[in-house]
Amino acid sequence: MPTEILMPALSPTMTEGKLARWLVNEGDQVSSGDVLAEIETDKATMEVEAVDEGTVARLLIAADTDNVAVNTPIALLLEEDEDAASLDNYSVGAAPAASADVPDNSVETAVVIESANEAYDASGEIPAGTEMVKMSVREALRDAMAEEMRTDDRVFIMGEEVAEYQGAYKVTQGLLDEFGKRRVIDTPITEQGFAGIGVGAAYHGLRPIVEFMTFNFAMQAIDQIINSAAKTRYMSGGQMESPIVFRGANGAASRVGAQHSQCYAAWYAHIPGLIVVAPHNAADAKGLLKSAIRNPNPVVFLENEILYGQSFDVPVLDDFTIPLGKAKVARKGDDVTIVSFAMGMSYALQAATKLAEDGINAEVIDLRTIRPMDIDTVLASIKKTNRCVTVEEGWPQHGVGAEISATIMEKAFDYLDAPVLRVTGKDVPMPYAANLEKLALPTVQDVIDAVKSVTYRS
Amino acid sequence: MARKATTTRKKTTKVDKEQVQKYYRDMLLIRRFEEKAGQIYGMGLIGGFCHLYIGQEAVVVGMQSTITSEDAVITSYRDHGHMLACGMDPKGVMAELTGREGGYSKGKGGSMHMFSKEKNFYGGHGIVGACVPIGTGLAFSQKYKETDNVTLCYMGDGTVNQGQVYESFNMAELWGLPVVYVIENNEYAMGTSVKRASAQTELFRRGESFNVPGEQIDGMDVFAVAEAGRKAVEWARSGKGPYILEMKTYRYRGHSMSDPAKYRSKEEVNKKRAESDPIERIREKLLNDKVYTEDELKNIDREVKGIVAQAVEFAQESPEPHPDELYTDILI
Repeated sequence: MPTEILMPALSPTMTEGKLARWLVNEGDQVSSGDVLAEIETDKATMEVEAVDEGTVARLLIAADTDNVAVNTPIALLLEEDEDAASLDNYSVGAAPAASADVPDNSVETAVVIESANEAYDASGEIPAGTEMVKMSVREALRDAMAEEMRTDDRVFIMGEEVAEYQGAYKVTQGLLDEFGKRRVIDTPITEQGFAGIGVGAAYHGLRPIVEFMTFNFAMQAIDQIINSAAKTRYMSGGQMESPIVFRGANGAASRVGAQHSQCYAAWYAHIPGLIVVAPHNAADAKGLLKSAIRNPNPVVFLENEILYGQSFDVPVLDDFTIPLGKAKVARKGDDVTIVSFAMGMSYALQAATKLAEDGINAEVIDLRTIRPMDIDTVLASIKKTNRCVTVEEGWPQHGVGAEISATIMEKAFDYLDAPVLRVTGKDVPMPYAANLEKLALPTVQDVIDAVKSVTYRS
Repeated sequence: MARKATTTRKKTTKVDKEQVQKYYRDMLLIRRFEEKAGQIYGMGLIGGFCHLYIGQEAVVVGMQSTITSEDAVITSYRDHGHMLACGMDPKGVMAELTGREGGYSKGKGGSMHMFSKEKNFYGGHGIVGACVPIGTGLAFSQKYKETDNVTLCYMGDGTVNQGQVYESFNMAELWGLPVVYVIENNEYAMGTSVKRASAQTELFRRGESFNVPGEQIDGMDVFAVAEAGRKAVEWARSGKGPYILEMKTYRYRGHSMSDPAKYRSKEEVNKKRAESDPIERIREKLLNDKVYTEDELKNIDREVKGIVAQAVEFAQESPEPHPDELYTDILI
């Protein structure tokens, strides 16, 4: 049997890519380490190397083919003693659908909200009839930074691999070319140091954007974020400020293990003096990041590696911003309120779609900003639905859901027809094994089960 | 690059009379201010932590004489002397110590957390080591804005064992930032002597692996401090990057008010005071050089005491911050 060469996954979150170019032809002899082809992902161009020795018998996927799923056979290799006749019996098996595990966000509905008591009305954020364009969260974040850098010379970005490498997750792609090395600055691997340098520059009147490759690494810098940035306005009696954005990937990606998978929303949301933002879709990511850069306070902007590659409608507007501290009703419903943010919204929205098939109409609220929290919008919804489920990827104890639950108890206890339930990441360090990781994260089914429990529909 | 102490100044250095008078007056103000702070701490008017600068006055006074009002200054928590040397109002500093509305931070910061945008004083930082990246960031901004200003970033001998100091040295040299790192080596990080904490006790050499030049100076001699300071500031201002000055100095009091200082002998403290007190040294010089008569010196003493007395009076009369202040100055 010929050996199948499969489309490789070149990063933990890659599900498909473009087979850009073959560097071998049929009939070529190859040995392990030879470069066979170039693969383009949304992040980078990578090379596929041969693992086995033999003859390239057949190229199954033509060069310049888009959207080739990971694990699709792309070529066949015959080893030394194999007969070319074996190719005749070969048929390409069903390629494993690696993308099946990735949440599908196509269910997201348009922003709709009925006028509620003190609830924020997000319907005016994008004027009716605005042209929309499909854009990944990654591109939306890049555009937000580029737009702000064009209008304000005080804004600069620093971090590991943000300039010449074009961003570890390609969020800063193209910025070095446009703005030059004065304003797009590669740092050494030195989180505490460059976070502090950012804070000092902010004290001195600049508007730094500090990128952490992921927020897991920002634990090295958390003293500068909290003690030096968040508390300064207060400690100086209002005299000093630190207008700075700390941004980067937060939470679980895929199979990256316990030290690289933590959600820090609850950590930073604990701190007076910080604004904490965690958008889900591309439009919010763009509008909120622009607002964050202009804001005179320190902002922790939590992104998500899996969401980086997902595309959403983004309005085509010259200067599109979304106010910080305002939640959005992402889906309207009367039976239960699901409150979530960032990646949790994927589970929440998919659960809401399935629940609707069972006749349960869930209202889904995307917090977008975790601190200051728009609890009024949550409460207005609870007063209508009388039930609440929170969804987050972080741990349960002292989590965002715990805070929401306590606040609802304090401010809307009499409206509740059932206890508030939390759907969270499980109370364990993130395991590596695929099956255990899946168990550790919240699932759509967890959300459905919680909703059925609070609506007494088992 | 690093070189050791040139503690014997060239005798030929000319220091003008006005400058010498200012050194004396500024050092005396810090000394009297701190003595008074210690006294009213004992009376319960100042709470919490209070780290006195007594003994180290020559460092900040000498260094501040080398920069302009446009340059930036940042330090750690032993900061009262730095604020006074930056020209901040002793009343506002003392009132912050007493936690009153008239304090630089409206009473919400305390001894370790005062700032003055007007005087380019960027704090007052309570976490050992944190002021070093921040100070490096001030210098980053100075360069980014294409000014010719510099930052004086003060730290203690305890600070130099924090990792972020070296992260800062590295980036400052890499990017050519205009910052002078002033290590005030008073021999004790709280109760731990330099030799019990540092594998390399010559702290001016701590920048060697980043190519940051360093120099050790007699920090009890305001003239030596100023002379070295001028050269280091000129180095940074001319675009050559960071410079390290290790100031060998000594604090007479404990680490904070609650420190009985059992880790060193009374004799050691007395010997330092008797032999190298920075104020006594300049006082002798002023008399020997006939800049001042005894009477004139007494008049300056009286004047300085008056300023400190007024500061204490203000710090007691200024009301506590209004309860509404609890929830202000968090976010705007």
